[in-house]
Amino acid sequence: MSIVIEATSNDEPAASAAPVGTLPVEKSQPGKNKAVYASMVMAVLPPLTGIAFLVLVWQIIAVKNSNFPTPLVTLLEAIKLFSDPFYRTGPNDQGIGWNVLASLQRVGIGFGLAALVGIPLGFLIGRVRFLSGMFGPIISLLKPVSPLAWLPIGLLVFKSANPAAIWSIFICSIWPMVINTAVGVQRVPQDYMNVARVLNLSEWKILTKILFPSVLPYMLTGVRLSIGTAWLVIVAAEMLTGGVGIGFWVWDEWNNLNVPHIIIAIVVIGVVGLILEQLLVWLAKAFTYEQVSH
Amino acid sequence: MDIQNKFIDINAVEMVFETKRGSFHALRDITLNVLQGEFITLIGHSGCGKSTLLNLIAGLLKPSEGVLLCANREIAGPSPERAVVFQNHSLLPWLTCYENIFLGVERVFSATDSRTQLRERTRAALALVGLTAAEGKRPHEISGGMKQRVGIARALAMEPKVLLLDEPFGALDALTRAHLQDELLKIVTKTESTVVMVTHDVDEAVLLSDRIVMMTNGPAATIGDILEVKLARPRERVALAQDALYSQYRTSVLEFLYRKHAHPAKEAA
Repeated sequence: MSIVIEATSNDEPAASAAPVGTLPVEKSQPGKNKAVYASMVMAVLPPLTGIAFLVLVWQIIAVKNSNFPTPLVTLLEAIKLFSDPFYRTGPNDQGIGWNVLASLQRVGIGFGLAALVGIPLGFLIGRVRFLSGMFGPIISLLKPVSPLAWLPIGLLVFKSANPAAIWSIFICSIWPMVINTAVGVQRVPQDYMNVARVLNLSEWKILTKILFPSVLPYMLTGVRLSIGTAWLVIVAAEMLTGGVGIGFWVWDEWNNLNVPHIIIAIVVIGVVGLILEQLLVWLAKAFTYEQVSH
Repeated sequence: MDIQNKFIDINAVEMVFETKRGSFHALRDITLNVLQGEFITLIGHSGCGKSTLLNLIAGLLKPSEGVLLCANREIAGPSPERAVVFQNHSLLPWLTCYENIFLGVERVFSATDSRTQLRERTRAALALVGLTAAEGKRPHEISGGMKQRVGIARALAMEPKVLLLDEPFGALDALTRAHLQDELLKIVTKTESTVVMVTHDVDEAVLLSDRIVMMTNGPAATIGDILEVKLARPRERVALAQDALYSQYRTSVLEFLYRKHAHPAKEAA
């Protein structure tokens, strides 16, 4: 029933949106078009107001404090910066594009390794009670540790800055994936497991046809949290390890006292984090299924 | 021993659940024989352990005492030979109707049948419940009645020795329910299945069953009475509404449920 109701309510805005532009029809439904227009304004206006407010506060701070660049100065600086994002004049002087890509590469490797280890581990912990009891205390103990506390261990073991940064990413982004996957496995509806038992499915079929699809939404939540943490950590880790990367770039510009670049970097870090998050939200939506209702 | 007369043989079964608040005696001294090709309904108030008894036959639960046999073999666990249609359909939401049925078919027949035969079996099961057109749809795209029909098709496609139905039409509206009951009657006649069905609907029980097993209230519920329904088949809903024998059966089930073993909550009130 609910599907039918949804379908008709979805049709309504589509039907009223279609005649926009053809004058006679538009005139015959002034109320409806007004409503569509109003909802569009309401969707755009609040975010724009928010951004305008932020810029205003920024402008006031910049006027009161001569060290702080105004929004306009920063914008001009950003245009200059992004006009050539991929230049290379030396190991410590590369375009912002290279810096972002270097950071993304580290996050990719660290996060990828964490997924390779964390997701299967989560499945095992969720499925085998003994392992859940065994890893429970370890996870509880290690999860709240700040990722940067792991950096010296990485430096000690790998004797090099780059693997140490990747190691920090790995160790901090593994926990959300382990925990969420394990919780997902434990929360597979008993009904599905009963189906598996009645059909007498093999372990492999249970894994591929029931556990995996059922756990996928939980797993993707873990992945989303992990990638968010990984992106948070990389900036801090790179500040300490140096080399090429957006985190190091921020530190470098601070040493140059180039404040507009620092602000641009903050915006870039935010935008990249937002894009990573959104990509995974879309992915999660595509794999979320309606559960059995009781 | 004659298998036909004791196709399902439930002998002195006791069921005690160990819970956090101590043990709960759900079923007491259940002894029941089901004939091959017979249609049995289990009826009783909610909490009388009728679903527990069905789960015992399915092998999803193990009895605390006593033995359950199916075709002279002890029921040690769930098996495709005793297919279950669950109350909430329990279709896997990420698979299409076709794939949901195919999963069971593949498991039971992949050793003996070719890929094409497996596909044919799945299509035949869909056709049996009249859902050929919906084979590519996922469960959330079809109505509650259709989901339940897919559940029945999934069970039947495995050619089970016994079909176990746990209030399969409980969540449906009256018209859809009547329609599916008629379909189930036709299908069971065609496939000559042995059926055990849990219900709380008196009309459903009388219309479908050869015997109605009436259960007393829990805790420690047991079989209170068994009513043999000697109505000729094929049965026709509208004609039976006028039938004197039909209303007599109906009355005696109602009598059992509301006079002799009224629901404990209502008795207290």
